[in-house]
Amino acid sequence: MAEITILCPTGHLGFTPLEKDSFLAGCERKPDFIIADSGSCDIGPYPLGADGQASPEAWQRHDLEIMLLAARRLGVPMIVGSASDTGTDRGVEQYVRLIQEIAAQHGLAPFKLAAIHSEMSREAVLSRMASGAKVAGLDGRPDADAALIQRTDRIVAVMGAEPIAAALREGADVVIAGRASDCALFAAPILNAGMSEATAYYAGKLMECASFCCEPFMGKESIFGRIAEDDIRITAMHPGQRCTPASLASHAMYERRDPYREHVVSGHVDMSACRYEQLDEKTTRATGARWVPAAQPMAKLEGAGKVGERRLAVVGMREPYMIANIDKAIAWARARLDERFGRPEEAGWQVFYHLYGRDGVMGPMDPSPPANPHELGIVVEALCADAKRAEEICALAARNLFYARLPEVKGTAGAAALMSDEVLVGKPGYEWTLNHVIPVASATELFRTRFVTVDGTTRKAA
Amino acid sequence: MRNMPTLRDLASTVRSKNAGVDHITFDIIFRERANFERVRDAKVITPEVVCRLLRLTPDRITDFVVFEPANAIKFTIRRERPSGSPGERDVFGSQQYAPLLDLEVP
Repeated sequence: MAEITILCPTGHLGFTPLEKDSFLAGCERKPDFIIADSGSCDIGPYPLGADGQASPEAWQRHDLEIMLLAARRLGVPMIVGSASDTGTDRGVEQYVRLIQEIAAQHGLAPFKLAAIHSEMSREAVLSRMASGAKVAGLDGRPDADAALIQRTDRIVAVMGAEPIAAALREGADVVIAGRASDCALFAAPILNAGMSEATAYYAGKLMECASFCCEPFMGKESIFGRIAEDDIRITAMHPGQRCTPASLASHAMYERRDPYREHVVSGHVDMSACRYEQLDEKTTRATGARWVPAAQPMAKLEGAGKVGERRLAVVGMREPYMIANIDKAIAWARARLDERFGRPEEAGWQVFYHLYGRDGVMGPMDPSPPANPHELGIVVEALCADAKRAEEICALAARNLFYARLPEVKGTAGAAALMSDEVLVGKPGYEWTLNHVIPVASATELFRTRFVTVDGTTRKAA
Repeated sequence: MRNMPTLRDLASTVRSKNAGVDHITFDIIFRERANFERVRDAKVITPEVVCRLLRLTPDRITDFVVFEPANAIKFTIRRERPSGSPGERDVFGSQQYAPLLDLEVP
């Protein structure tokens, strides 16, 4: 095949519902593949660590239904990666179930589904480490030791294009992949068509966020890619959007440290010599990517571990003297917390005071926090392994502002305004414990593919 | 004396966003090539300026790139803690660019 076409309707399936009109306009062009990523680390470590999801199932079903019906009508494969935000086994199984339910609801004729799992157990990682594999830290992190793995609740390995390409070669009509590099979903069919890794992964990098690579700014609108070797043409499908050299080049550097390199398991794409040119009003062509194979293939591992139960309280402040001396009031409150609960690092608790109106958004990076804001909104965040204790710590951390003993407070009935005297139950606190890579002998060895025949003509929706 | 224009006047996009879980990356993008070259050549944004503006030690700045294909200047900083950890202020890192808007351009 000298050329393939891909329709991408969304950069994060299910996060907010996709826009149907530009997707159907893209379907009119009869794409060879319909592809979307469904995951992100941007949502924080909680969904991975707690093995939950960040998006409502109704929106995920909405997007999957629109894509599946179009793919089956056109008779072309559909690929979804990083299922249900995190790409854990739970996410893959959930999306397989949704596909089965949608097929049954619409009486779809039988098709072949590939589910590719990418979750790894702690034991599997520890056993590789015991055999000498170094789990190397990325972005300046230290290498992992056994203790770090032990305090990680859930781990996913990030796949490149290889397991997805293999599933397509086996005849999969629908691929539901666990955690995958966004660009790998697009690279898989391009590699199968005989094109280079450079073209395949670069096209994926350009297309992964759908309409974010076009202008003016719009989310959840479809884009259409026509890909030949070293000739990638991206067209905006929304009538009000264009894909321009500026919009495509600025997307190539979006949410990444290095605008010139995109790393996957088997190597990286070098984008330093890429060129962009306007082809027609809505289409830009990109060329010039280079591929650098890795001497040692490395799979990225993402992991999240629980820090503790979390409680929140909201406190307001209006008295100018209190506001001007808020750091002293907080120091006084912290000293009382230490007296009662022990020092935080020894007793295993944490309290954060978020000072909205001063530097709640930027903290110590704020160059010009106002010395005397009119009022302050303070969110008190408390963490502790024990839920009851977290609640107690949070309540005292908030009420201590109310009772703060500063010499010149005029209002002796209370030094703070309580929106209500309650402690809110937050989601448990998690942290990203793993942002590492592990050496692999092959780009497919950590990933497990299972084929399922989905027959919507015999199965009734639940 | 006439006021100097600021990045708010000259740049078409000024944004910050997570780059992985340990970094926040900043993009300053210009629609007009002339504005890009003016800011680039006047060295309005340099690692030193970023350190001073965001009160960072130099080791916190991990990448600094003048990205010609997009008429953009891009830099990346290491986060105080991984995104979404307890104490997080901006889980997407999407509101950390505000102080850049007022940088004056000679």
